Amino acid sequence: MLELEQVTKTYRLGAFGRKSLRAVDGATFGVARGEVVALIGESGSGKTTIGKLVLRLLSATGGRILFADKDIASYHGRALKDYYRRVQGVFQDPFSSFNPVFKADRVFGVVRREYFPSVAGGEWQSKLLDVLKRVGLNPSEVLGKYVHQLSGGQLQRLLVARALLLDIELLVADEVISMLDASTRVDVLNALASLKEDRRLSILFITHDLSLAYYISDQAVILYRGAIVERGRIEKVYGNPLHPYTQVLMASVPRLDAKWESSSVELKCELVEPTVGCVFFSRCLFPRRDAECRTRRPGLQEVEPGHFVACWRQGSRTSGVAHPSGEKQQGRGSSFGSG
Amino acid sequence: MALTVDSLRVYYQTLRGEVRALDGATFSLADGEIMGLAGESGCGKSTLGRSLVLLKPPMAYRGGGVRLDGEDLPIADREKMAPLRLAKISIIPQYAMNALNPTCKIGRLVEDLLEARGVRARTVVPELKRRLDLVELPPDVLRMYPIELSGGMKQRMVIVLSTLLNPSLLVADEVTSALDVCTQRAVGKMLVQFRDRGFVRSMIVISHDLSVLYQITDSTLVMYAGKLAEKAPTEVLVRSPTHPYTEMLISSLPEAGGRYPERKLGGIPGSPPPLLDPPAGCRFAPRCPITVDRCAEEPPFVEIAAGHWVACWKAERDHA
Amino acid sequence: MKKPPRSDLLYFALRNWKLRVGLTVVVLLVVFAIVGPSFAPYDPWAYAARPAVQPPSAKHWLGTTRFGQDVFSQWAHGLRPAFLVGVLAGTLATVIGTAVGFAAGYRGGRLDDVLNTFTNIVIVIPTVAILLIIAAYLRVRSFLFQAVFIGLTAWPWAARAVRAQTLSLRVREFVDLARMSGRSSPKVILGEIAPNMLSYLVMVFILQFGGAILAAATMDFLGLGPSQHISLGMMLQYALLWGALHFGMWWWFIPPGLTIALLVGALYITNVGLDEVFNPRLREK
Repeated sequence: MLELEQVTKTYRLGAFGRKSLRAVDGATFGVARGEVVALIGESGSGKTTIGKLVLRLLSATGGRILFADKDIASYHGRALKDYYRRVQGVFQDPFSSFNPVFKADRVFGVVRREYFPSVAGGEWQSKLLDVLKRVGLNPSEVLGKYVHQLSGGQLQRLLVARALLLDIELLVADEVISMLDASTRVDVLNALASLKEDRRLSILFITHDLSLAYYISDQAVILYRGAIVERGRIEKVYGNPLHPYTQVLMASVPRLDAKWESSSVELKCELVEPTVGCVFFSRCLFPRRDAECRTRRPGLQEVEPGHFVACWRQGSRTSGVAHPSGEKQQGRGSSFGSG
Repeated sequence: MALTVDSLRVYYQTLRGEVRALDGATFSLADGEIMGLAGESGCGKSTLGRSLVLLKPPMAYRGGGVRLDGEDLPIADREKMAPLRLAKISIIPQYAMNALNPTCKIGRLVEDLLEARGVRARTVVPELKRRLDLVELPPDVLRMYPIELSGGMKQRMVIVLSTLLNPSLLVADEVTSALDVCTQRAVGKMLVQFRDRGFVRSMIVISHDLSVLYQITDSTLVMYAGKLAEKAPTEVLVRSPTHPYTEMLISSLPEAGGRYPERKLGGIPGSPPPLLDPPAGCRFAPRCPITVDRCAEEPPFVEIAAGHWVACWKAERDHA
Repeated sequence: MKKPPRSDLLYFALRNWKLRVGLTVVVLLVVFAIVGPSFAPYDPWAYAARPAVQPPSAKHWLGTTRFGQDVFSQWAHGLRPAFLVGVLAGTLATVIGTAVGFAAGYRGGRLDDVLNTFTNIVIVIPTVAILLIIAAYLRVRSFLFQAVFIGLTAWPWAARAVRAQTLSLRVREFVDLARMSGRSSPKVILGEIAPNMLSYLVMVFILQFGGAILAAATMDFLGLGPSQHISLGMMLQYALLWGALHFGMWWWFIPPGLTIALLVGALYITNVGLDEVFNPRLREK
């Protein structure tokens, strides 16, 4: 349903734009109907940029983004407005997403004015109450209130409700839970997950929280410095991380059932400029990395059905994957997959 | 005991009255102990941490006492606290890495801080370099401007700075929140390492992320709505929590390999009470699934097992 | 940053001494400008007194000019044009400036470059030179002309300020949300960005108002202002031309000069006070 093909976003920096910054570099992946794809990366990895590109808040400098097989770059005016009827987004900071001088439910009024001008008052009210209940909100607690009178969790769910008013097919959720407390996170996540089940809503779930991503996602896309280093079915990526970066990520996730291993899966200090070769080269601790890694960018290769990795050292699976600590092991697993 | 806090109350002054952000905290910290301070936003953990170091308006001291290394800590008197800051008690505030002056070279910042404490910067330089090396920061980081450093590097620099004079107590306020998992882990390990090497004697690590606290702390104190809910050795707290809030908090965290809807997580319905005029009785009662009549009366923070404290009538009864 | 509720703003507004003092002075002067001329005992142009030059007395409260005209009457009548021109020119400059600033700040790209260049050109034009040339051609100059001229040359500052604010507001997430609701650019600017800048726009207007009064007084003083009605600047011009300083006729030039300084000063103090009310970080504890 949503396809990204070699999408690139370059910013010009410096006086007269001499230097350029590649925020997104040749990203290729897709989101099917009723599927949740987790876009995982740290800050600066380009994940928010991808979200904004899909939402047409930014324009791509290269590649194509296809929604229902049509290139969205050509959409303007009327076509763009129709696009937003099918694709919507929710952002990280709930307090920043609302105009502070107005009441919170004004966002519903805006949607009504732009998309449903001829709907009668009574019908609109029932529609509104319906979507509020869908996200688990009590209408009397949230309508008619100012933004500072509501909590972050309530605001985020209001935004999801707003998106639902439009009967969308794809929701871009950009770090929607990172600013919420642990107890409210779960409510928002459960609401999103139930929408996937009941309405076959597709979700592009952008996050840096690996555990929560696993809770509701079907696919995982791991981003590093604007390039996709690994992607595939989430059980496979988590259960058998092949790219060195993914392996470090999995080992660094703080969990309640295991302590961080004392092995040196540390990363070196990062002060280097991006290179032409593999994006991860300067921090990679694979013992067999070599000149090829430094000079040529690896593409995504399918190493097992539904599991893609961008790494030259993933060539032959039979000889086993090199463990960052230097020992050779057969496909280093993590306990994520055994659940 | 390195730190003893007794019935500490710190309120916030607002136009509408006083918000009882920290309403009676009593606990102690042993030498060399790293205690985690957990809770959700608005529970008072940041207030507790900050009041120990710099109690300034709109925070107002309303009662209670603090003792550090056997001596009274005059937290309400800013002038008397001045010589103790950085030397005996230090803090890494939230968003510390954004607080580095962008127009100052890091080395200059270090000098200024030290001079303000009456320490000649020269005498500390060799030790500073040793510590920078320990956290894998290059020594010429002192000649750089903050903008040249990444988030993780800035955070490490701030930690080195705050602990340079070997304080007895370090308060780390949400130091891992804005970081990605890899840097989070590096910083967490660094804090433990600093304690192991004696750069810092005891630590209070404030975080809303229980999983991070589980990795690095010896004991954990859970707060709710300005009151203490439970304190226990971290392993005990996570494996067998006794306060219903702690239990529900832990069950809202995803387990490894748990997926919706097979292992559905439960949140905590409702929200914390307003602290401007809090209701009487146990503050968690409105959201608690196991309330009894007695909960209308506020439960005291009592020790139910060695080093395990809880403020809950049911827990107290079960362990009596 | 969350906006404080209305009642908070009012509380701080009433407590802020700068706002109170500034507004009081301005309001007093406005009242005087409205009712003053009815109190003026003489026609401002009439050569009433014999002998011509008289210091302040019971008959002439502020004395007379070189030609026996009553200074108080002139002063009372001269206050009105200051406000009229200030409001007209201030509004014009604010409207043009905010329109240009919004467009440049929101759209960015080429439109921004073009508008910036245009703004810079207008800043660089020597207004006094143009005024001299125009004055040479127009025998009779009206207030409308003066107000329009000032308005058309004073807007660049407002445009720059509004552009900067718009640039910073444009990247906020609620603007993205409005765009995703299918709102067109003008609706986003007027419906989302402008309401957030209301306090800022008020302050821009006040500063333009004060600036216009100063500019008008300067023009009048140089003799380039409207020729038909008495104004404070014109009083100053005549006072200087006819040797008031030389002869020690302090009652002729001090009242108009002091009034201008007081009015503009009060407006600026009001502005500072408003800034403190709207920006919590500036409030004194």
